[in-house]
Amino acid sequence: MENYQVLIGLEMHCEISKTNSKVFSSAKNGYSEEANSFIRPLDMGFPGTLPVVNKKAVELALKASMILGCKQPEYMYFERKNYYYPDMPKNYQITQETKPIPVGIYGSLTYDFQGTKKTVRINNIHLEEDAASLDHYPGFSTVDYNRAGVPLLELVTEPDMHSAEEAVAFLETMRSIYQYAEISDADSRKGQIRCDVNVSIMDKDKDPTDPKNWGTKVEIKNVNSFGGVRDAINYEIERQIALKEDGKYDEMQQQTRRWDEDTFSTIYMRSKVDAIDYRYFVEPNIPKYRISEEWKESIRKSIPKLASERKEIYQSEYGLSEYDAKVLIKEKPVSDFYEETITLGANPKNAANWLTSVILGYLNKEEMEIKDLYLTPRMLVDIMDMVRDGKISSKQSKEVLNKVLEEKKEPKEIVKKLGLTQISDDKTIRDIVVKVLDEHPDLIEDHRKGKNTFDFFVGQVMKATRGQANPSLTAKIIQEEIDKR
Amino acid sequence: MMEKGLVELHEALKKGTVTSKELVEESLKRSKEVQEKYNAFVTILEDAKEGSVTDDLLSGIPYGIKDNYSTKGILSTGSSNTLKDYVPFFTATAIENLSRHGAIPVNKTVLDEFGMGGTGTTGHTGIVKNPWDPTRMCAGSSAGSACAVAAGVYPYATGSDTGDSIRKPAAYCGIVGYKPTYGMISRYGLFPFASSLDHCGVLTRSVEDAAIVVDAMKGIDENDMTSWDSSDLHLYDSLGKDVKGMKVCTIKEICDSSMYPHASKELKAHLENFQKTLEHFKELGVEVEEVSVDSTLLNAEPSVYVVISCAEATSNMSNLTGIVFGPRASADNYIDMMKKYRTEGFSPLIKRRFIIGSYVLQAQNKNRYFYNAQRVRRLLVDRWKEIFKEYDAVVLPVGSGPAKKFNGDKDMIDKNTAVLEEHLQIGNFGGFPSITIPDGFINDLPVGINITGNCYEDSKVLNLAYALESTMPYKNQVAKEVK
Repeated sequence: MENYQVLIGLEMHCEISKTNSKVFSSAKNGYSEEANSFIRPLDMGFPGTLPVVNKKAVELALKASMILGCKQPEYMYFERKNYYYPDMPKNYQITQETKPIPVGIYGSLTYDFQGTKKTVRINNIHLEEDAASLDHYPGFSTVDYNRAGVPLLELVTEPDMHSAEEAVAFLETMRSIYQYAEISDADSRKGQIRCDVNVSIMDKDKDPTDPKNWGTKVEIKNVNSFGGVRDAINYEIERQIALKEDGKYDEMQQQTRRWDEDTFSTIYMRSKVDAIDYRYFVEPNIPKYRISEEWKESIRKSIPKLASERKEIYQSEYGLSEYDAKVLIKEKPVSDFYEETITLGANPKNAANWLTSVILGYLNKEEMEIKDLYLTPRMLVDIMDMVRDGKISSKQSKEVLNKVLEEKKEPKEIVKKLGLTQISDDKTIRDIVVKVLDEHPDLIEDHRKGKNTFDFFVGQVMKATRGQANPSLTAKIIQEEIDKR
Repeated sequence: MMEKGLVELHEALKKGTVTSKELVEESLKRSKEVQEKYNAFVTILEDAKEGSVTDDLLSGIPYGIKDNYSTKGILSTGSSNTLKDYVPFFTATAIENLSRHGAIPVNKTVLDEFGMGGTGTTGHTGIVKNPWDPTRMCAGSSAGSACAVAAGVYPYATGSDTGDSIRKPAAYCGIVGYKPTYGMISRYGLFPFASSLDHCGVLTRSVEDAAIVVDAMKGIDENDMTSWDSSDLHLYDSLGKDVKGMKVCTIKEICDSSMYPHASKELKAHLENFQKTLEHFKELGVEVEEVSVDSTLLNAEPSVYVVISCAEATSNMSNLTGIVFGPRASADNYIDMMKKYRTEGFSPLIKRRFIIGSYVLQAQNKNRYFYNAQRVRRLLVDRWKEIFKEYDAVVLPVGSGPAKKFNGDKDMIDKNTAVLEEHLQIGNFGGFPSITIPDGFINDLPVGINITGNCYEDSKVLNLAYALESTMPYKNQVAKEVK
């Protein structure tokens, strides 16, 4: 390994999940357990059906293109990629190659990798239709056309990553972008993200920016999880190094392989010379149309603050630790929840504590998502306000929160129901304190001698008030009363 | 009654001198006779019912549908074995539109398989014979529609036109064939041949009827992105405008007899007849001039059509695998199933075109053939648009004479008359409105003249045709067999 450097390029396919219908048909764009329930005649290639472009899908594709700093085309075109496969009932896929210009070319993405900034150049990003999903059984296969025609973004990078971990960090960043920009749920469990990975190795001492020095490219098709991407890359690096060491590397042809999860290895599919000729041509049923500057501008304005930007704000403006900031931005709905509490007037640090220490723990334990919680940012702020105003103690507030989640009731109602109100009346507390001190003159002596009996007094007051005494007021009064004696 | 035009039929229905039921019955009876003699239909809709008569000119009147239009619940074969049992579950927009106007379909007409042919001989149900002379072809691909309209089965039938598939059979059958500007009629539900060239249209026996029918078929469709809003355009209402002072041109390299020094008698007669027809235009006050177009450009035209249409066709018809629809072939695996279905289902002519289409799109050939064809297409269209700056229409003879005998293959192009035979395809390259009307007889067989104008100028083209038609005795003519 130490003698070589690795070049990795990615083709990341991500379904756009935030449109109502498919990219060229009016069938619902969604995930369903029931096969073939989201289909229209076009999705099955019936004769005489025609594609109609979903404007929202184009809008979201352009948004992704802008986020990646790509150049957008003046005119929108699509083209046909012709090949026969049972997952593609028309037997051509409507897609975009580099000519005519797809939704984006020549951008870049800078992302955090183990504390340093890495930049990956984007060759292009284009909009296309997804294929049907196939399931293979012994003796037969089934086709589910629900996925056929779902809008798909294909992102093609230059070979600018140098380790499996770098590649995965890039993918995680992209996933976060798709989620934050509300382009896609980017959920690989639903098969929304799939990758092709290009791996080659070259001698350590050579300049990796000069393509002449590059090794032979091996493409690994259809890797469907980030873990798979990491494992496939690592396997392929080792395989290629072994070929080098055995002196067989130069015989290796440029080729396509696939990642096999069962054998944990990449398996040869075809060499470059057997590459499929897709016989591209411009899709004649979709007239080219101009993308107006006004439209582009309104899309640009719709790009929300992305994760990296939010993290920066959380640390520098809200004074959160890097760790807490990272935890909060990991999922957009969590970050949105957090920001909503701040908009509602919450103290950023306190709100962050609530989320990181209590709420995320609860979600984790219950295997829930924040959007499914009964608790809203408003309710959380209500609870925080009650603590701030001394109406309930911070200890009580945790109980209130739990009851809100369990009983699905407003915090105020819970507080009322539990009879929880904090006693902040000086005289009431003072009477109890006097009584407690009167009963334990010996412990007052101990206190004066430096023994810690103070907490005992507090405990007794709490016991007498069923925890409702305002703790700081209680402490203050105990001290005053001891000093009087 | 069925030999009459739409307006006359409508008036008779309104007056009650005939009922829709009687028209449908007559049309079905004529269908069977015509089927017997000329084999024009894939399906006769025996259970077709009369319709209510409204103020709509089409209401209650029978018509025919070319069998490459998808019709819900009705066999729609594209005249191909690959779809010989295909019953769609949706109807083409153009047909829906006609239904909304109360039109009554009585049959589905034979075409060259998927519209890919110009002879009317390649449909899976056999050849379509010309009602003027059954030893001759109707031309194609809208052969059954042209035959049936000419034979007086009904006043009109839908057609589709990728190269000249409406306008050539119209000429061979002595009737009117009109394809409007690309996108005026939605293609949703039309089985595609070459999407950038495919047009819906109609075959009728008069210009008036063509305008009435297309008025009903047209309209923007959310299912076809290439369709456009023509709601301001009323073709029938705009007929009858004075054409005096309009300017048309012919193209020397295509129709001047000096270009054909070895012309057959038939060709000579055809070109002379064409010149004679131009005189009618002049009598109407239409200026007729001759322009010249670079013959290198013109001679490239037939190849351009072959390359582009075959390329698009091979992709468009990739959906025909017999797996989701069509008669599924049995084999050990899906690849062999598809291969068997396609090998056995398609006629040799189509397979040849698929091979050409694949060849010209292959990476190593694409620039030489496909991209060059697209470039020449653009040059031709630009040249025509330049002509339209000065002229209201280009007027040319259709083909090199009357209908051809069956023993001769139209797909084998005679080099000398290739452009004369194929020039109507330029109308498809540019999406131009284009109409053929009958303009005389040669050896008792009808011949036609074509008028093509600039995009969106359908009314102009129809008015020129309407005026010219009025100077000749062929309006509403029905075929009479000549022996």
